[in-house]
Amino acid sequence: MIGQIAAITATEMRIALRNRWVITATALMTVFGLILAFAGSSPAGTLGVDRLTLTASSLATLSVYLVPLIALLLSYDSFAGERERGTLALLLTYPVPRSGLLAAKFAAQLGVLAGAIIVGYGVATVVVAGLHGASADGLGHIARLAVTAILLGAVFLAVGDLISASVRQPGTAASLALGVWVVAVVMLDVALLGAVVADDGGVFTKTVFPVLLVASPTDAFRLFNLLAIEADAAVPGLASAPQTLTLPAFAPIATLVAWPLLLLAGALATLRRIEP
Amino acid sequence: MSISAIELSRIEKRFGALTALNGVTLSVAPGERLALLGHNGAGKTTLIRLVLGLIRPDGGTLRVLDGAAGSMAARRRIAYLPENVAFHGALTGREQLALFARMRGRRATIVPGLLDRVGLGEALDRRISTWSKGMRQRLGLAQILIGEPDLVVLDEPTSGLDPISRGMFYDIVAELAGRGAAVLLSSHALTEMEARADRIVILKKGDIVADGRLAELRAGAALPIRLRVSVKPDEADRVAETVGGLRINGCAVEISCSADDKLRHLAAVTALGPAVEDIEIVPPSLEDLYRHFNQSRPSAGDQP
Repeated sequence: MIGQIAAITATEMRIALRNRWVITATALMTVFGLILAFAGSSPAGTLGVDRLTLTASSLATLSVYLVPLIALLLSYDSFAGERERGTLALLLTYPVPRSGLLAAKFAAQLGVLAGAIIVGYGVATVVVAGLHGASADGLGHIARLAVTAILLGAVFLAVGDLISASVRQPGTAASLALGVWVVAVVMLDVALLGAVVADDGGVFTKTVFPVLLVASPTDAFRLFNLLAIEADAAVPGLASAPQTLTLPAFAPIATLVAWPLLLLAGALATLRRIEP
Repeated sequence: MSISAIELSRIEKRFGALTALNGVTLSVAPGERLALLGHNGAGKTTLIRLVLGLIRPDGGTLRVLDGAAGSMAARRRIAYLPENVAFHGALTGREQLALFARMRGRRATIVPGLLDRVGLGEALDRRISTWSKGMRQRLGLAQILIGEPDLVVLDEPTSGLDPISRGMFYDIVAELAGRGAAVLLSSHALTEMEARADRIVILKKGDIVADGRLAELRAGAALPIRLRVSVKPDEADRVAETVGGLRINGCAVEISCSADDKLRHLAAVTALGPAVEDIEIVPPSLEDLYRHFNQSRPSAGDQP
């Protein structure tokens, strides 16, 4: 079965390359990486703070929005597209289980996304290192950021695959994916912030809020990276919310690993119900 | 190991209020080419999807190649060509077929041979998005040759093919059946099926209304046989009157009779001697039989 999955993954990546998804995703990450690299190197930077660490913190803030968006774009068409083209029925009569099909597509999407993240962060790192030199700490922050960004991407790839298995039309899948991005990435933070302000240090702020913050994949990603960066260097302008947390340090990572698994299980259950 | 490649017993399938199959019992033997006929909506495609395991029956039992329909064991041995087969346009023919080969656990090196076989050797490395409908259909045909399937399921396979490709298609089907594969073929091309299928099954609104070899269906339907008699010019009226036929024109008479009466009429015609130039016996065509079975038997599963 591994050989079959590898063949499907290779084909999916080839299609992504021909459809220009690879170049689009990589270009997006690289352009924004470069902008942050140069912006973070401007003379306005505070003295005594490692430039690479500073860049890692800006990249984290940017990736919270950009990585989920790219992930959803890469995955929303997975199954709805096959259904609309009329290729799904034939595919499902081949001796590859639906779990294998999902694994193969997910692996291809994760490969494209991880490539884009590594190239984007890599270019930013090289530029900053070239201008200001690289510290071991800074490189560590970038590496942690890359790994967790790939995990964050995996969450939203799984969301896209689940959506794609649930609907018949790629157009419907695309609008659902966009809706998820707006709610889970943009509005959730605003809503949480609003709730905290309204609660004014009450029970919600002390008990529910930290759990929600860690359970949300985007906040878990931000927390994990910014906490690590803060512990290392007092980067100005970072939110101090993380410091009020009492949850274990591994909780954000657990969130980023649990979400993709949970969502992929949901996508598989949905895929198994499809009658093409 | 059972004898049948497909064994359906009292299979029922409903879609909401619509009964697509109403207790269908059918078996297909290895090496047998079975043509599945019926109007649109008669249940052909539903039956095919059940055999492939894409949908599950609401009642009855279904065995495919000694396993459950849709099981991995069955899928390894089934080849399927869907109606309006489609592929990803961004891939080349070679890439698409290599993927199919590898999904069946075969090497990609078999691909050029397969594409040559269906006359697509030239198009090997061109993207499928630039191909014609007939070429795509032939690519679909090439993928059923991967491995050695024991059951081949073809849904309206010749609808987009030109006459030469059709010939190639039926050669391939004959070869697969010759190797012992059971072939289940749904079609509207009745004249093609007449010569190419070993057995005919006619579905009507979810029921089987006819099942047998062409000769058996003819016997069961008892439709008249036509004798077309060519006569010397101006003899048509006299011949028609003598043998009790219908004058078509000045030199042709047509006699319609039952199979049992055929020899008696033939004797009467040959007795006319030199007035007769030629005689042609036309048995009821599959199209006649198809019309007959679709009209005459109101089925139990009729839906409003």
